[in-house]
Amino acid sequence: MIISWLANPDRFSKVFAPVRPWVAGLSLVLFAWGLYLCFASPEDYQQGDTVRIMYIHVPAAWMALFTYLVMGVASFFGLIFRHALADAAAKAAAPIGAVFTALALITGSLWGKPMWGTWWEWDGRMTSVLVLFLFYIGYIALHASIEDEQRAAKSTAILALIGLINLPIIKFSVDWWNTLHQGASVFRPDGPTVAPSMLWPLLVMALAYKALFVWLWLIRIDTEILSRKYNGLRARLGFREGGA
Amino acid sequence: MGELKASPASPSLALLKRDLGLSLARGGGPVLAAGFYLTLMAMVPLSLGPEAQTLSKIAPGLTWLCLALASLLSLERLFERDYEDGVFDLLRTGPLALEWVAFLKCLAQWLGTGLILSLMTPVVMILLGAPVGVAGLALVAALIGSLSFALIGGAGASLTLGSRKGGVLIALLVLPFYVPPVIFGAGLMQAFVTGAPVFQALSLLCAYGLFALALGPIAMGAALRSALN
Repeated sequence: MIISWLANPDRFSKVFAPVRPWVAGLSLVLFAWGLYLCFASPEDYQQGDTVRIMYIHVPAAWMALFTYLVMGVASFFGLIFRHALADAAAKAAAPIGAVFTALALITGSLWGKPMWGTWWEWDGRMTSVLVLFLFYIGYIALHASIEDEQRAAKSTAILALIGLINLPIIKFSVDWWNTLHQGASVFRPDGPTVAPSMLWPLLVMALAYKALFVWLWLIRIDTEILSRKYNGLRARLGFREGGA
Repeated sequence: MGELKASPASPSLALLKRDLGLSLARGGGPVLAAGFYLTLMAMVPLSLGPEAQTLSKIAPGLTWLCLALASLLSLERLFERDYEDGVFDLLRTGPLALEWVAFLKCLAQWLGTGLILSLMTPVVMILLGAPVGVAGLALVAALIGSLSFALIGGAGASLTLGSRKGGVLIALLVLPFYVPPVIFGAGLMQAFVTGAPVFQALSLLCAYGLFALALGPIAMGAALRSALN
């Protein structure tokens, strides 16, 4: 099994160290291309230039969900098969996901002002993304507050799995709430179809984001492995873990 | 620390009794929660103004918000005391599964605080100007809601065992999970007050309660096991 072969942290570092620059390069090239396409693509007939926010905003929102999914799957493997690497992978993904979510919220807000005339609209989708952001914060805070690395990994893995099951329920409840309260309907930017001239930049940007995620993720996993090794060495040498 | 006077016939009942005693005695748990709840509600007219029209409009939703917040209060000590003084190590060697132990503890906690908060909910709602006819439904909904709060909250409390900052962290972890019952509960009240059909909201609230009942103990069992190792 390739996965169990790679689950050895040392082997993982060795295999992926040479891959990293390539992923980084891929991400940068895609970003350059995508951003060029963003500005080369035509203005929207209704939204004008502000439609270009979409190319930053929509992939960020996709990544916010995707990263949580990655975290959930990694947590599952960490919890069931007790792979230290899976724990590290879940932990490493969390801050990246939180930043993507924050980016989605902020760009959404910046987009909302010219489009809807308000920085924030309590609509179903925005509210769910806000809850997702709180999830990430809770996950990171829980991990930081438990000193023992293995226990922290286990507790956060349980949290991530509860979250994974709950997210659709929360999403549903928020949508339900929204239909209850939605008075005047706001102008929705997502029209029935997206024109191909807009689809291309969106697609390239989505891939760029994904490559960026993989790059940052690999770095963070590697850092996590190294820091564990370091703490292990210190502990063996008689220093207190994490202390000065 | 309460003693375990387990009659061998029903260790579950013995545990429930002990925990209920503790939750009733422990720093005046129910009095504290009820006081907090009332204080919160008293702050509402003070902060939003005493106009009866405004208050009666927001009363049903606000009571749910305050119910959720008041349910957070005693979570920090739910497992911590028994974790620190080794009672859990004893319980683990006993005949009861940890999941069941955790459930019983949540149940005792709920009997001690959630039940009382639920009984107060219709009264507070009417004080804020909701129609009197809402009382029965408000009570039923609050009972279901507070039980879900207790079980989900218990899961949050078990996850933070042995962490450096308990209380605020539990609130941060647990509140996102309180979103669905708060929405369904407040929506139910809203529907009743406006004369809309209540069946959908009530059944959704019940569904979430059952979900918490199924998932909560499993999560708590796993978290407790990890904490005890």
